[in-house]
Amino acid sequence: MSNNGQPKTLFEKIWDEHIVVEEPGNPSAIYIDLHLIHEVTSPQAFTGLREKGLKVRRPDKTVATMDHGIPTTPPDIPITDMMVLNQINRLEQNCRDFGVPLHGLDSPNRGIVHVIGPELGLTQPGMTIVCGDSHTSTHGAFGTLAFGIGTSEVEHVLATQCLLQVKPKTYAVRVEGVLPKGVSAKDIILNLISRIGIGGGTGYVLEYTGSAIQGLSMEERMTVCNMSIEGGARAGMIAPDDTTFEYIATRPHAPQGADWESAVEKWRSLPTDEGATFDREITIDANSLEPMITYGTNPGMGMGITGVIPDPMSVKDVSERQTLDKALNYMDLQPGQSLLGHNVDVVFIGSCTNSRISDLRLAASLLKGQKVADNLRVMVVPGSQQVKNQAEDEGLDKIFKEAGAEWREAGCSMCIAMNGDQLQPGQYAVSTSNRNFEGRQGKGGRTFLASPLTATATAITGKIADVRTML
Amino acid sequence: MEKFTTLAASMVAIPTENIDTDQIIPARFLKVTDKNGLGDNLFFDWRYNTDGSPKEDFVLNAQQGKKAGVLVAGDNFGCGSSREHAPWAIMGYGFQAVISTSFADIFRNNSLKLGLLPIIVDKDTHLQLMSLVEEEPDTQITIDLENQTVQLPDGRKVKFPIDNFSKTCILNGVDQLGYLQSHASAVEAYEAGHPDRVNTLAT
Ligand code: SF4
Repeated sequence: MSNNGQPKTLFEKIWDEHIVVEEPGNPSAIYIDLHLIHEVTSPQAFTGLREKGLKVRRPDKTVATMDHGIPTTPPDIPITDMMVLNQINRLEQNCRDFGVPLHGLDSPNRGIVHVIGPELGLTQPGMTIVCGDSHTSTHGAFGTLAFGIGTSEVEHVLATQCLLQVKPKTYAVRVEGVLPKGVSAKDIILNLISRIGIGGGTGYVLEYTGSAIQGLSMEERMTVCNMSIEGGARAGMIAPDDTTFEYIATRPHAPQGADWESAVEKWRSLPTDEGATFDREITIDANSLEPMITYGTNPGMGMGITGVIPDPMSVKDVSERQTLDKALNYMDLQPGQSLLGHNVDVVFIGSCTNSRISDLRLAASLLKGQKVADNLRVMVVPGSQQVKNQAEDEGLDKIFKEAGAEWREAGCSMCIAMNGDQLQPGQYAVSTSNRNFEGRQGKGGRTFLASPLTATATAITGKIADVRTML
Repeated sequence: MEKFTTLAASMVAIPTENIDTDQIIPARFLKVTDKNGLGDNLFFDWRYNTDGSPKEDFVLNAQQGKKAGVLVAGDNFGCGSSREHAPWAIMGYGFQAVISTSFADIFRNNSLKLGLLPIIVDKDTHLQLMSLVEEEPDTQITIDLENQTVQLPDGRKVKFPIDNFSKTCILNGVDQLGYLQSHASAVEAYEAGHPDRVNTLAT
């Protein structure tokens, strides 16, 4: 139990420890332990610093990489998109001028910003972490308070290492039980979002607890926390435990020797105290979950894979009904329809949600000795250079290539479709990424979000498939 | 940042709920390194056909869209990506306020930092605004930040919430960064009392 005997949540402990200034009527200034930067949301912030004659206050708490716009074609193919090239050059220049360490195009540590932070051991329990990217919530899997910020805020943190924030409320998400075969972390989070809706977590920080969460690996926990923002919550967190410490122990930036011992001791005091209360709670029964799939144009429009698409006529609220109607129209789907057996043009396995080594291992385990269906494009995009190298060491790349899938360079790729990896208008994709918004994966493209297992099962059959029938 | 005190302006309404920032400004327009010209690409895929011609039935292409100062949009406006390009594009187009029944957190924060007012109203007022625009596209409303009110044509004033800090900054046209900078000594004291957790420069 912490100070004054007052029980606190994991969030409250981290929040309280990071308050720099707290004045009545004003948002709190909180200290930021780690600031991640990428090429798309930082240039205007550095311009702001230059205009005001400011420095980066703590380059030693800042790290940059390039991920959103970079091509995933082989590295010897030159970048032809001049605007992307300009952003890359600009980031290199900004990092040089302001002394910020950069994992650039030829770095063995380059990758999606939310994949490399944990990989390098920079993400550690109890920290505050921000990035000009909404999926910064990923890092909460380590018991950190991590959230996305805008470019003005990027400039604030660069200049002062602090951020102005109104204290959010707390929301406990209890997932109890054991996940059935074929059901994964991705299905937990898609299920949650389908229940609370994409605005259900607005104003809250989620804490995922319960036996099913404790049973997840670190990479699975990252998948869950990653999509907190899809439920409207800026941050999602999981209490650190032995699984967390074991993951960090061998990483390059992990504390060493006696520092490690004292760090672990401190981290053990972070979990929510018994008796601490949350502003809201929800419980999910893991035993009853099935693989999830989305049918609409936001991540809350999801259902179990054996479900049928809801009928807008049965929705009471007028604007909600219109929204669902518009979504089904865009997706060219009918109420009452099952998605099983629906045709698909592209399968995308990648993104900061599901591009880590365990995701690729799962996909490869199903694809081994199989072929992807005719006329189907299957893209496998590792989350980082490290993931790519590891996968190649294990021979996973061969499995993908022999099956007829594309094995590409690391990056965000078709998750955001800025780099030419994209759907054609009208095409359907099953994607392991996190957003199915209109045009997200290419103008006019239609996205079904699902787990790596469901995506791989679909890759093999060429139609949306229930992976449980293949295990 | 420009000062914002009062605004009398006409509105455009996009009633769709959960308008995400990918719709406000599609990702392919994020390859810029400045903030200029984003207004031209606001709602691009809803606004233009594949051949680049304007979609006649999209409200921003109608006469009223070109002169409106306020965007009225469906619930949970600005969800999804944290891209500040979204409020930059909205302001670049010429809007100074967005009215909805709720906003996504990051969009709201970004807007308040820029002086784009995210105004939350109750569902009934929202519906009333929508039908006012539908009946008479030139309907004007008046936003008064000091008193935190939206005045409708019938004279009714509706209160809206905003935190005092953001309000003061926007009324005076002051960047929030200044506040943080004024507390430099508190930051130093904090750093002195808390050991560094990681060093990104260490190899
Ligand atoms: S993989 Fe997708 S969601 Fe993740 S950081 Fe990249 S663009 Fe954003």
